[in-house]
Amino acid sequence: MNARRLWIVVLILAVLTPLGIWLPQRLGAEGAWGEWGPGELDRQIGFVPRGLARIANLWNAPAPDYAHPGWEGRSFAHQGVAYAASALVGLLVTALVIYALGRWLARREGSHAP
Amino acid sequence: MHIPEGYLSPQTWGPAYAVMVPIWAIAGRKLRGSLSSRRVPLLAIGAAFSFVIMMFNIPIPGGSTGHATGAALIAILLGPWAAVLAVSVVLVVQALLFGDGGITAIGANCFNMAVVMPFVSYAVYRLVSVRAAARAPRRVFAAALAGYVGLNAAALTTAVMFGIQPAIAHGPDGRPLYSPYPLAIAVPAMAAGHLLVFGFVEAAITGVAVAYLARTEPDLFAAPAPAIGGARS
Repeated sequence: MNARRLWIVVLILAVLTPLGIWLPQRLGAEGAWGEWGPGELDRQIGFVPRGLARIANLWNAPAPDYAHPGWEGRSFAHQGVAYAASALVGLLVTALVIYALGRWLARREGSHAP
Repeated sequence: MHIPEGYLSPQTWGPAYAVMVPIWAIAGRKLRGSLSSRRVPLLAIGAAFSFVIMMFNIPIPGGSTGHATGAALIAILLGPWAAVLAVSVVLVVQALLFGDGGITAIGANCFNMAVVMPFVSYAVYRLVSVRAAARAPRRVFAAALAGYVGLNAAALTTAVMFGIQPAIAHGPDGRPLYSPYPLAIAVPAMAAGHLLVFGFVEAAITGVAVAYLARTEPDLFAAPAPAIGGARS
């Protein structure tokens, strides 16, 4: 298997990910159904459900929404760079975890039954 | 399709975790018996692909967005149990680092996207591609259909989780405590976007990837695909 070639495909996709925020913006699309923040929910139904409000901020992710915290007002180029950088970091962390898990789980070559 | 923090009541996200723990344990055991170390790089590439492809938000003009998951592709190439592991890792990284999907909802999100989706996709693929040659058009069609059906199955279970919240968790005043929309709204809303748009995106990605890999990496399709039972040692 040519792993190198497949990795290149994934890396090219990672660099192209800003399309995933640019296109929705261009076409006036909102976020995904059911993934609204408390403010948007308040606008839709006139209140923020109490249980939701209590735990909505349970976890502070280092890069919420694959963005650079504090760059909300910056140009689209900045947002795009942050988004693509998040893609690269995310795929790297994911791949490293899978490698570690895979090495731990996989049977050694040559040890499999004939 | 990533259920955020606070949209599920504890009586939903708790059982979802409780269901996922044994599933993760079984996935680990299945892979211990069947995963060849030669396939670990492909598993990592598949997981990385899944992570990246979920970042391509597909807009419905003036409407909502959705995305493909890559879960069908991983299930086709490496079997459903490998997909359980790979997509679960993706979802955990997304929740922890990027706040995409709630921490409390990790079990639920894994159930929908890392269990329902790969198993449904895999079943469809095996059924439709039975005895097809590596590069047969029917195999590509089977892969595309697997992506379409699998994503829609996951969207349905996700919508049901959203939709049961108002009925099972409301305050004394009757107002919902978590996700506010009932099944009658959640299911059609989720189904429409996935049946009409996002399912076709998953289908295209899965079909194109299988067509490409059947040509460039025919050895991936030469051996019989790992059975759902997993053990092939």
